[in-house]
Amino acid sequence: MEAYIGIDLGSTTTKAVVLDENMDVLGRGITNSRANYDTACKVAKYEALLAARFTLLQRGLASVVAAEARLGDFLGSLERSFRLGQFVEQLDDLEVTCLEKAKGGRFKGREEAIAEAIGAIFVTLRADAPALFARDARRKSDFFRDLAGSRFMAVGQETAKAAGLSYDLLLNIYDKAIIEVENRPPSGEIRDKLLRALDRLMELSPDLTDLVAEVATPVRRALDIPTEEMSVVGTGYGRVTLPFSKEHIRSEILCHGLGAHMMYPETRTVLDIGGQDTKAIQVDDKGIVENFQMNDRCAAGCGRYLGYIADEMNMGVHELGPLAMQATRSVRINSTCTVFAGAELRDRLALGEKREDIIAGLHRAIILRAMSIISRSGGVRDQFTFTGGVAKNEAAVKELRQLITENYGDVAININPDSIYTGALGAAAFARRAAGH
Amino acid sequence: MTVTAAAEVVKDSSMLKQKEMISGNYRKLETAAADGRKVAATFVPGNLNELIMCFDMLNNLPEINAIQNGLRKKTGGYIMEAEKRGHSEDVCTYVKADLGMIAKGNIGPDGQKLPNPDLLLLSYTGCFTFMKWFELLRDHYRCETAMLHVPYQGDGKITANMIAYVVRQLKEEVIPKLERISGVKFDIDRLRENLARSARAEEDFVWVLESAKKKPSPIDAYFGGVYYIGPIFTAFRGTQDATEYYRLLRAEIAERIALGQGPVTPTGDMPNERYRLVVEGPPNWTSFRDFWKMFYEEGAVVVASTYTKVGGLYDQGFRHDPAKPLESLAEYCLGCYTNRNLPARIDLIEKYMEEYEADGILINSIKSCNSFSAGQLLVLREIERRTGKPGAFIESDLVDPRYFSPANIKNRLESYFQMVDQRRAGGGSAPARAA
Repeated sequence: MEAYIGIDLGSTTTKAVVLDENMDVLGRGITNSRANYDTACKVAKYEALLAARFTLLQRGLASVVAAEARLGDFLGSLERSFRLGQFVEQLDDLEVTCLEKAKGGRFKGREEAIAEAIGAIFVTLRADAPALFARDARRKSDFFRDLAGSRFMAVGQETAKAAGLSYDLLLNIYDKAIIEVENRPPSGEIRDKLLRALDRLMELSPDLTDLVAEVATPVRRALDIPTEEMSVVGTGYGRVTLPFSKEHIRSEILCHGLGAHMMYPETRTVLDIGGQDTKAIQVDDKGIVENFQMNDRCAAGCGRYLGYIADEMNMGVHELGPLAMQATRSVRINSTCTVFAGAELRDRLALGEKREDIIAGLHRAIILRAMSIISRSGGVRDQFTFTGGVAKNEAAVKELRQLITENYGDVAININPDSIYTGALGAAAFARRAAGH
Repeated sequence: MTVTAAAEVVKDSSMLKQKEMISGNYRKLETAAADGRKVAATFVPGNLNELIMCFDMLNNLPEINAIQNGLRKKTGGYIMEAEKRGHSEDVCTYVKADLGMIAKGNIGPDGQKLPNPDLLLLSYTGCFTFMKWFELLRDHYRCETAMLHVPYQGDGKITANMIAYVVRQLKEEVIPKLERISGVKFDIDRLRENLARSARAEEDFVWVLESAKKKPSPIDAYFGGVYYIGPIFTAFRGTQDATEYYRLLRAEIAERIALGQGPVTPTGDMPNERYRLVVEGPPNWTSFRDFWKMFYEEGAVVVASTYTKVGGLYDQGFRHDPAKPLESLAEYCLGCYTNRNLPARIDLIEKYMEEYEADGILINSIKSCNSFSAGQLLVLREIERRTGKPGAFIESDLVDPRYFSPANIKNRLESYFQMVDQRRAGGGSAPARAA
């Protein structure tokens, strides 16, 4: 398998895309960027290669398992089994690290009690793990930090109480340990881990035993195909930290332009709203950037703006869009500053405005900022492609559609479900080009 | 509005000379009172240095002090001091740096006390802020003011009426005031001598600027250019020192051309010229070296800039003329880049793009400059349209260190250079396939 890899190191998340020699997407991977871009890059790449392996499995098994649903079910179960294995491995690592952090110094005299409490917490966490990866389980996040953290906090409180220890003390140990653990890149071969996942699958889902036996050989065959990493290109804010030569680094402007073009070849204007910047890019019929503008000096109107508002409202950032969609009217929010928007929000709440109406107004405020950046880059040309994390927010999309139609008339607006990978896709295409194809 | 040799790049003779000229002027300003010399304060665009010299007066330029302080990283504190005294965040940072410096004891960039001016000579009015700036200084120093109203080139040309209008003000308002304050009688032949020296320096200066038409360019006409404009834009135009400076500089550049060398940078000669750019707007002074590095590290050379024309558009043919001294001073004031209307600025940039065979246009828009930032996006679009060359737009500030975001600017510049590459490769992007 020839793999051309693009990695987009964003301020919030790091994304990777693996293309094959035919420019077909084999896999995509995403992780939180942490404070450590190097690890984020390794994790995202690992995830994308894992997804690529699943693509190969799907291709290899398509002729063996005729029924699509059955194949999908099998691959889904295998992935869950893999994730469970990976999660438990990281839990083991986290427990060992927690125990290391709880030694000596201010812990003297209480070390034994703490070790016992930590041990108890992790027994529960490990026991709970399979349920997290069960067939219909709903997870708020797929990142280890979020999954392990929320369970640790839930279980830790009771355990601390029972052991006569301070909850804050346990939490402090956890906080120190999680940073180390999440900054350790995944180890071990994907192939070996998938084989173990296959074994585990028979234990977890006895109903799949027959199918597993049936596919064992083609699965091994697909897993034995070696991965040849032909070229890697990095982009995004963290790109300078990558251990790549200059030719293997591209600006995210070029990558987004090319990525959007690959998704929608008729694209002429691209809007990307990411964590800390908003970019408007004009591309030609080959995906070559003609012009671009970005937000300057201030990140109001970017993804982080929504993150801040979500914190102010004590909500998850992904809950904002659906809430705003319930609005019956949009409250005008004039602020172009994130922090001031927080003040306006509280002011409107105090005046008795409905939460959903205020949140709808905040979404409009973001999009108004974006419209100004689009104008600076030369306006909207048909077709228009919207990318970045905020493109997943339905309320933001609704406001954008409305404003584009009002200002530019009837324009095709493309939003790809995988738009978050646009930059990484463009980078992967550059990787393919760098390899001389 | 200009810089002189503050940074020790490469010690060419011309640079050492300029450095000595600047410190010499600051020394003279410090001892002005003791020496019985009168002092005029004035601005770079439209400055009447040759005329001021006729009255044995010294020239102190507040913009230059702000720039020199910016390069020495002193302006952050001065700006905060000015804000503390009620000047808002959006006010021109040259103004605030100056007012802050005065408030903190008026110690100049070189560490010497600056004198109180005897005259505030406002000889150019295209920047409205200049007028407000001098109002504040007048209030502070309680000194005399002379205001030379220079009509704006609204129609993109200088008419005989405009020249006559300025000459009349020189005769009736400016010269009598200078005579009264200095106690020196005006001698037009002295002015002619000064102007003759200016013209000689201007000739060599233009030769240096136009050397950037060569490939590789032996100079950087923006980052290097701000050093080259030093003497001619400030207190030295019309002096023997300035004439000598440009003679030395020209010889040095001629040598670079003979050796096939690229521009001098803070880390030595730039080896590879990869991008040739035209730049509009002043540089950022507080992070000048870092800003410059973002260019030369990528092999980007600025072959022409509009900023090096704010104190006179010599490369478009203007020369101070001893044969018509007052008329030529008037024409000089009227012809500065900052006095041109938008269409004329666009025409000039387009001409530079073609004559200097530039790969693109870059605009550094100044946050606190309301006079000249307006319309810059239109300039960019129009240049892109006319030349088909890519443009880029970045934003920073003159001397407020808070408004220079290196990561953002570097990111934008890198993207721009890659965009130029991509456009050059022309159609080299990957084929489109559904993802």
